[in-house]
Amino acid sequence: MHVLIPSPLHDYTHAPRVEASGDTLGALLDDLDRQFPGIRFRMVDEQGQIRRHMRCFIGGVQIFSLAHALDGVDEVLFVQALSGG
Amino acid sequence: MASTQPVLLIATRKGAWLLHGDAERQQWRLDGPHFLGQIINHLVLDPRDGRTLLAAASTGHLGPTMFRSTDLGATWQEAAQPPAFATTADGSGRSVKHTFWLEPGPASEPEVWYAGTSPQGLFRSADGGNTWAPFSCLNDDPQYREWMGGEQDGTPDGPKLHSIQIDPRDPSHLYIAMSGGGVHESTDGGRSFAPLIDGLDVVEGFDRSSPGFHDPHCVRLCPTLPDRLYQQNHCGIYRLDRPATTWQRIGDSMPEDVGDIGFPLVLHPRDPDTLWVFPMNGDDVWPRTSPDGRPAAYRSRDGGNRWQRQDHGLPTEQAWWTVKRQAMCADTEAALGLYFGTTSGEVWASADEGDSWQCLARHLPEIYAVEIGYPSP
Repeated sequence: MHVLIPSPLHDYTHAPRVEASGDTLGALLDDLDRQFPGIRFRMVDEQGQIRRHMRCFIGGVQIFSLAHALDGVDEVLFVQALSGG
Repeated sequence: MASTQPVLLIATRKGAWLLHGDAERQQWRLDGPHFLGQIINHLVLDPRDGRTLLAAASTGHLGPTMFRSTDLGATWQEAAQPPAFATTADGSGRSVKHTFWLEPGPASEPEVWYAGTSPQGLFRSADGGNTWAPFSCLNDDPQYREWMGGEQDGTPDGPKLHSIQIDPRDPSHLYIAMSGGGVHESTDGGRSFAPLIDGLDVVEGFDRSSPGFHDPHCVRLCPTLPDRLYQQNHCGIYRLDRPATTWQRIGDSMPEDVGDIGFPLVLHPRDPDTLWVFPMNGDDVWPRTSPDGRPAAYRSRDGGNRWQRQDHGLPTEQAWWTVKRQAMCADTEAALGLYFGTTSGEVWASADEGDSWQCLARHLPEIYAVEIGYPSP
């Protein structure tokens, strides 16, 4: 499926959109990490929580759980909630 | 064979810079930025090989990581496994926000590094900083977790484990410090730790017998007299000569209008009686500025009994910056050089043990750490 990558992570992907696969959001992140080593830990902490300023949207709905099933999903958007100075 | 040409390793809130000096320490060349926009908490060149450079990195919006270079930052490789706490089945475990302190291991263990994190955690690498694992009982011990407290108990940008000090005579003898959480010692290679807080003050009204109320800002072990420790604490400057276990306050002899509050503490690499501190204003609301807007280092040559103000060359008024706990260091030259970076992005140096200062760089971002390195040719 198509995955939108936020600009702070382009050092890993060298592209704003990549292809990845997985039955769940967690599996999709595992696949991203296989392709772009290190990217997962920048997005998800060691307790499986999506990091504070990382947002994931599927079909316009924000997703919080890595267990979320991706049946029939063809696009996952990761965006950054920028704040601070 | 180490070079005689030093490099200053400057970690800032917005990236890292390297300041290359010539052998005479007269000419300095600024190289950077590296990792522009990323928070670099510590940048350390391994003194054992003069090649391995580690950078503790995060951003305000991404998880933390670690970068390694063996060519002085010409190229960087991300660590395969940065420090991370143990994962718990129910998700209730902690998450590393950033690595704060990097400490090369002893000469006898050339690939070993230690790291202290925020929130407080102790980690170890046995492969030159490429992969990291939780180390010792500290991270998950219920008693230590209680002493560490929560996010609200730490420093403004998160509670930290720092000041990892290794006895050069015995790698299994370690000291660590936590803000908050006190100073702790291990004599069994980190399998267990015990508090070492007797004699230290705490903020009025709190129980000094509980490590959780202690805030050591910077602890240093004398390389040529490893039984001696110095400490810049939230409540003053202290010395401890082992096997004694009670810290002695040595900051009482500082000038009353300056006080003995601050963050950095630097030791002379060869003289255990000589040390430097850089006081800050710790009055009332803790402005964390230079006292009265007049920054100065203070040197003691007698183990902290007497102090000498050293401000020649520094601004004499209206300079409201200060120096963070990792942002001051000494080189190893016969005429000892001292260096510090400021919260206003300046790098200052002295080639005469602090008697006079000159500015090497200005207008950098807020400086978090300054370390000296001697690269292998």
